[in-house]
Amino acid sequence: MRAIGIILAGGNNHRMKELSRKRAICAMPIAGSYRSIDFTLSNMSNSHIQKVAVFTQYNAKSLNEHLSSSKWWDFGRKQGGLYVFTPAVTADNSNWYRGTADAIYQNLSFLKNSHEPYVVIASGDGVYKLDFNKVLEYHIEKKADITVVCREMEPEIAVERFGTIRMDEERRIKEFEEKPLQARTNTISCGIYVIRRRQLIEMIEKCAEEDRYDFVRDILIRYKDIKGIYGYKIKNYWRNIASADDYFRTNMDFLKPEVRDYFFRQYPDIYSKVDDLPPAKYNVGAHIKNSLISSGCIVNGTVENSIIFKKSYIGNNCFIRNSIILNDVYIGDNTHIENCIVESRDTIRANSYFVGEGGIKIVVERNDRYVI
Amino acid sequence: MIKKEMIAMLLAGGQGSRLGVLTSKVAKPAVAFGGKYRIIDFPLSNCINSGVDTVGVLTQYQPLRLNTHIGIGIPWDLDRNIGGVTVLPPYEKSSNSEWYTGTANAIYQNMDYMESMNPEYVLILSGDHIYKMDYEVMLDFHKSNHAEVTIAVMPVPLDEASRFGIMIADENRRITEFEEKPENPRSNLASMGIYIFNWKTLKDSLITMAEQPALDFGKHVIPYCHEKGSPLYAYEFTGYWKDVGTLSSYWEANMELIDIVPEFNLYEEYWKIYTKSEILPPQYISDSSMVEKSILGEGTDVYGEIYNSVIGCGVTIGKNTIVRDSIIMNQTRIGENCLVEKAIIAENVVIGNQVRLGMGDEAENDTAPHIYNSGMVTIGEKSIIPDGINVGKNTVIFGETFPEDYTEARLASGKSLIKVGDEQ
Repeated sequence: MRAIGIILAGGNNHRMKELSRKRAICAMPIAGSYRSIDFTLSNMSNSHIQKVAVFTQYNAKSLNEHLSSSKWWDFGRKQGGLYVFTPAVTADNSNWYRGTADAIYQNLSFLKNSHEPYVVIASGDGVYKLDFNKVLEYHIEKKADITVVCREMEPEIAVERFGTIRMDEERRIKEFEEKPLQARTNTISCGIYVIRRRQLIEMIEKCAEEDRYDFVRDILIRYKDIKGIYGYKIKNYWRNIASADDYFRTNMDFLKPEVRDYFFRQYPDIYSKVDDLPPAKYNVGAHIKNSLISSGCIVNGTVENSIIFKKSYIGNNCFIRNSIILNDVYIGDNTHIENCIVESRDTIRANSYFVGEGGIKIVVERNDRYVI
Repeated sequence: MIKKEMIAMLLAGGQGSRLGVLTSKVAKPAVAFGGKYRIIDFPLSNCINSGVDTVGVLTQYQPLRLNTHIGIGIPWDLDRNIGGVTVLPPYEKSSNSEWYTGTANAIYQNMDYMESMNPEYVLILSGDHIYKMDYEVMLDFHKSNHAEVTIAVMPVPLDEASRFGIMIADENRRITEFEEKPENPRSNLASMGIYIFNWKTLKDSLITMAEQPALDFGKHVIPYCHEKGSPLYAYEFTGYWKDVGTLSSYWEANMELIDIVPEFNLYEEYWKIYTKSEILPPQYISDSSMVEKSILGEGTDVYGEIYNSVIGCGVTIGKNTIVRDSIIMNQTRIGENCLVEKAIIAENVVIGNQVRLGMGDEAENDTAPHIYNSGMVTIGEKSIIPDGINVGKNTVIFGETFPEDYTEARLASGKSLIKVGDEQ
């Protein structure tokens, strides 16, 4: 592949509520066995992008642990590899990443020292499969300066939290509004861009000179009339995680057979860090309906329409419905959980009762756990 | 110069013929176990957990699956700059090329490998037991006794002792005598086939005994060391240790994993068992399913009912199918409305709809009753069973089968239907 990859994984937002206290959005666990950044990393690896930089900033501990080895995504190579860049104090800079463009600027040497002619920039919070080679081909064919991957969203999805796009019949972007108050189109930017490396360096340096820090506002929107910025439409499954509700819905999508088939059974695969957990175990009294259960779990109770992440324990007579139990949660006997997201490593005492009414409740319970 | 205190030599070349069709195409150490593991994962994980980071794996019989599984040793952290895992197949020499003719002969033929690691001690392991053992503790025992050879032993019931090599030791655990499968055992300490040798002792005895045909540790090398007067010690191990050499012991060892608190616990935080995981997604249990007293691997989809069973990764169990007391290995697909009772189904098997396995009365197997017994149905890897077939007990099926291979869509109890590989 003639491109290097940049994954923007620094972000956080308050709409994730308590869930972001622990980790960056890109490290949010998805679909039982994955984290959100696995999708972008696997897509890059499967597109034969060999050199990938991940820019992290906010609460990166979980993410750094996840990226502790690059071998799971096949980036443990002599040619290329996986680079994790956190903001660093240097002789000429003592700032955090003040925005996406600033993050790239602070690591401009990564771009300058590469020789590949193109750069794929992607946010690390998308759940999707995409062959970046196809986007690059399109980019070259259109002689575009920047190509933005975009998608027409289903009418039931509120697009006001995205960047919305309007294109002409040539697919050139005419309008780009970041988080509009009232959207005039339901085509949104997926936060995935292809751009020539030299072009990017030039634009980023210009931005820095003018004290501008945001890739979308200060490059895409600012340059849209003078540069050829084109949209590449995708039709397949794509979701991103920007709020606790999105997070819940995206996970629940994996209970649909077509979504599981698309991600789990169709080539190419999504990779993740291997945790070496034993098989999931179902004891007498286990009663599971329409649920995903991950390895290392021990189930003694009832689970319906739920996703149980790795290594969780569900006690006798528990009743769990329409909920997400993140990894390494211990749930004591006779507990009732409904419409909840239970934070990872929680310990829930026996006979507890948690029900989300009129929405999803986030359960964070830090009790002592007595491991037998 | 490289210097390793202790290296391990893992004997993984055996066929394990008493596992029948399960080992027709794969070496016994590569047979699946416990849902997602293979038998060799246990000694390999023990090695890395004991701090032994240099392991030579001796392969001979059907090594393909084993080689792909081991690779460069990434799952066990055995991909090392110095040492790590090395697969050692028999090789052609300028004179006297031969297969590995015995356990010690195999080690003898790899003298150069061991020499290159410059070890102080050599640990000899076999790739066909299920156990967790800290070899470092055994090495401490070996050192503190100034032993030249230490043999791991475990107490067995006296009436079963005649099936094993029995060690007779004095109060200091020094071995005074040993008997191979004695009729009237004088001790209950059975050899587990795990030895620590001082490198010098091992090298000397292998070179001296080199001409012995089918050179074997239990039969030749250990007796030779004893006669020579080397101090031999018995290291007693009391943890879980299971030989899975027969189909019934293999089945039992798998079933022990599904107890509430199994004797052999895979869920302990320390002493993890590592394996190569190709399949990552969680398992899906549908609306119409029931799963009880079972363990299931990653990526398995269940639409039917599973009781008392060990299911591998990437398996599909169709709607209204009931699986009981069975072992189903990776990537096998079972159709709808089937009934599976006490079956061992190997990897990548496809079973149609309305198939019933393990039905009817018991009858002794007609080809190999010493292998296929205990009322089990055994199905070899990549077999295909068409819709609507009824299969009896003590039966074996291997290969792609068609309706015309069965009489009135039935394989009666005790019958064998083997369409590929060597007849057993």
